[in-house]
Amino acid sequence: MLWSLQSRENIFQRALYGSAFLVVAILILFFLTLLFKSFSAVWSNGWGFFTGVVWDPLAGVYGAFPLLLGTLLTSALSLLLSLPFALSIALFLGEFFRKGLFSAALRSSIELLAGIPSVVYGFWALFILVPLIRRLEILLGVVPLGVGVLAAVLVLAIMIIPYAAALSAEVIKLVPQDIREAAYSLGATRYEVIRRVIMPYARSGFFAGILLALGRALGETMAVTMVIGNATKMPSSLFDTGNTMASLIANELAEATDPLYVASLTQVGLLLFGVSALISLAGKYIVRKYSVEI
Amino acid sequence: MAILSIQNLCVSFQENMAVKNVSMDITEKKVTAIMGPSGCGKTTVLRSINRLHELSAHARVAGRVILRGEDLYALDAMLVRRRIGMVFQRPNPFPTMSIYDNVAAGYLLNGLRLDRRELDALVESSLRAAALWDEVKDSLRKRGTFLSGGQQQRLCIARALALRPEIMLLDEPTSALDPKAAASIEELIVRLKDSVTILLVTHNIAQASRVSDFTAFMYLGELVEFGLSAKMFTAPGDKRTEEYLTGKFG
Amino acid sequence: MRGAVYSRQIMDKIFFSLVCFFSCLSVLPLILILGYLLVKGLSALNWRFFVRLPQPLGEAGGGIANALGGSLLLLGTAFALAVPLGLLVGIYLSENRKSRLAGYARLSVEILQGIPSIVIGMVIYSWLVLPLKSFSALAGGAALGLMMLPVIVRAAEETLKLIPSALKEASLALGVPYYRTILRVITPAGLSGIVTGILLALARVAGETAPLLFTAFGNPFWSFHLGRPVESLPHLIFYYATSPYEEWHRLAWGASFVLVAGVLFLNVSAKLLTRRWRVQF
Repeated sequence: MLWSLQSRENIFQRALYGSAFLVVAILILFFLTLLFKSFSAVWSNGWGFFTGVVWDPLAGVYGAFPLLLGTLLTSALSLLLSLPFALSIALFLGEFFRKGLFSAALRSSIELLAGIPSVVYGFWALFILVPLIRRLEILLGVVPLGVGVLAAVLVLAIMIIPYAAALSAEVIKLVPQDIREAAYSLGATRYEVIRRVIMPYARSGFFAGILLALGRALGETMAVTMVIGNATKMPSSLFDTGNTMASLIANELAEATDPLYVASLTQVGLLLFGVSALISLAGKYIVRKYSVEI
Repeated sequence: MAILSIQNLCVSFQENMAVKNVSMDITEKKVTAIMGPSGCGKTTVLRSINRLHELSAHARVAGRVILRGEDLYALDAMLVRRRIGMVFQRPNPFPTMSIYDNVAAGYLLNGLRLDRRELDALVESSLRAAALWDEVKDSLRKRGTFLSGGQQQRLCIARALALRPEIMLLDEPTSALDPKAAASIEELIVRLKDSVTILLVTHNIAQASRVSDFTAFMYLGELVEFGLSAKMFTAPGDKRTEEYLTGKFG
Repeated sequence: MRGAVYSRQIMDKIFFSLVCFFSCLSVLPLILILGYLLVKGLSALNWRFFVRLPQPLGEAGGGIANALGGSLLLLGTAFALAVPLGLLVGIYLSENRKSRLAGYARLSVEILQGIPSIVIGMVIYSWLVLPLKSFSALAGGAALGLMMLPVIVRAAEETLKLIPSALKEASLALGVPYYRTILRVITPAGLSGIVTGILLALARVAGETAPLLFTAFGNPFWSFHLGRPVESLPHLIFYYATSPYEEWHRLAWGASFVLVAGVLFLNVSAKLLTRRWRVQF
């Protein structure tokens, strides 16, 4: 009886310890898998992977610069576009209307937006947004593709608004009430309080939020792949087709047979992994460094 | 007759010596109070008896604690704790359990099987012993956390009594309660000593004098004085005890 | 002086209007999306839609039964893989807050959470699809499980951390072994938070397509075999949406409606759960 109690206790402790260890091991293994599977590509593509503008699996040339550019372009533009909306929502929920019917309605719709699966966004964009853009393109006299960088930017922006807004609203709520009141008591208007007191106070939190939203945009796959046109070349304008790293993997991995092709795709995955890991770490660092000390 | 004997007990947390060479014999079916200012080590003494100090990773213990001739540190901690009941500063009934299950928790959680009738009788007698039966007998299936603070504390006493402990450790059991609830717990303590040995930690001098048969005074980790309460509160033997009793420090 | 005050107030008004304008405008996409889902999705729904398999092109009356079943199978597999592990890790983290392993595990969870879903699909592909030489429900479930894991771990850790240590001491003082204390006292006290976390995790992965592309793949037939490819709702939507056929688009709208309703249901139940089922200490 005593012995079995002791051994059960040990088994439990070991299971706890082992599971924590397993999580670390999974991550390390994850990284090593990407590294090993892409090793031959890293070797053979060299720096050309980052600088080359031609991605041609048939010729065995793997230059990922158009992908990097496409990813960065769509993410940065969509982030920029979503920023005023996200900040407004954050101020609306965190400062102007903390309670009440209005904020409850807005909060629920934002949560609803956040819950819609990315494939549904893509589907909707493909059938509603793309025809609209096509009409715009005809109006402007460019080739009316409809799909392309612009469509991807728009749908991405819609997708990250709830994410960035939720994070920013949290940050604004963390600003202590007495600082606000001190500023109001000096006769500042709401706008001045927001600009001179809340924004500086919450800056690092916002930055972390933006960073995490960027990470989200970088890795977003389905919605982008459905509307960007999937042409691995340098996009000549916003209306042109392009490709992103995540979208390229989604499109090509299943069909890739040549070992170097698969390895090059894995290298793209490795890059995505590295960037997202860096962003997670940086976000964590910022949050810990600036918000805990306050 | 001594049921529990603490011999040269020293407890340290990292560099900090919390209890220094404390020895005392606890008499059976009496109330023994340990009093002293906060931080004097009285709670640590109590927690090293049922080995709860082992929860903090840095605690080191030297010395011996003997319960009915058995060295507690040589036994399994779980079996030691089943023989010793403990009641804490703040009432801590299990929030997910009913009043009934709370009293029976020592059996349910330990997987000790009793048949229904035995368990019913045990719950009733424990609740009666804790002077709670009349107040809760119609709501045994309700959550324990809906009771008042004083009732919750009596529920915790019933929970400890249900395991039929050889000794009960009470760690400032009234400090989180209002005066009326505290008075009812004190009454209960006096009634309980007919059936069980009680070791009570308190920083309330008046409480110690009201309920205890023996009193120990601890200061800065040392046992300053230990003896019959009647004597300690009328003619303290140590100058520090006298100063504490007259409110000069603490 | 008065002029200055006046202009400051104007500025304040303009700013407030801007905030309201942008906030309201951001609800527009939601209305558009939900509107289309309602109009196009609802009209595609009927009982055959839920119980029949997809029909060959040109034949009317196809359904999405295989995708519904497949999604359930995938979520069940993900649940079975992620919940026990996530719970154990969460318990470990809340019990050993400062150990070195806890630091590394916390960091790993953080990084795992940020990994793009397509990369998770890619790695599971080389872990489970290549060695077994087949796309499979198991691989799909593993990919989704890996995405659920961080959410569950964090929910468990955050919830268990808040449980007063007095509860643990009360149990240990009764001579209850540590493992029983954790499993029967601490975990039940935090159950509502943990279950909420699990529901949110399920909601998060129920709509994921990217990690399924090279793991569960897709399957136009019924399959409940862990070692075979299965269809799933999000994958079916993707497949049908990008096809050129009107009839398939109709099915995709219906499936989108069902998927969004399901995800919404999970989110709402998670929310109600936290509000209703609160353990009082």
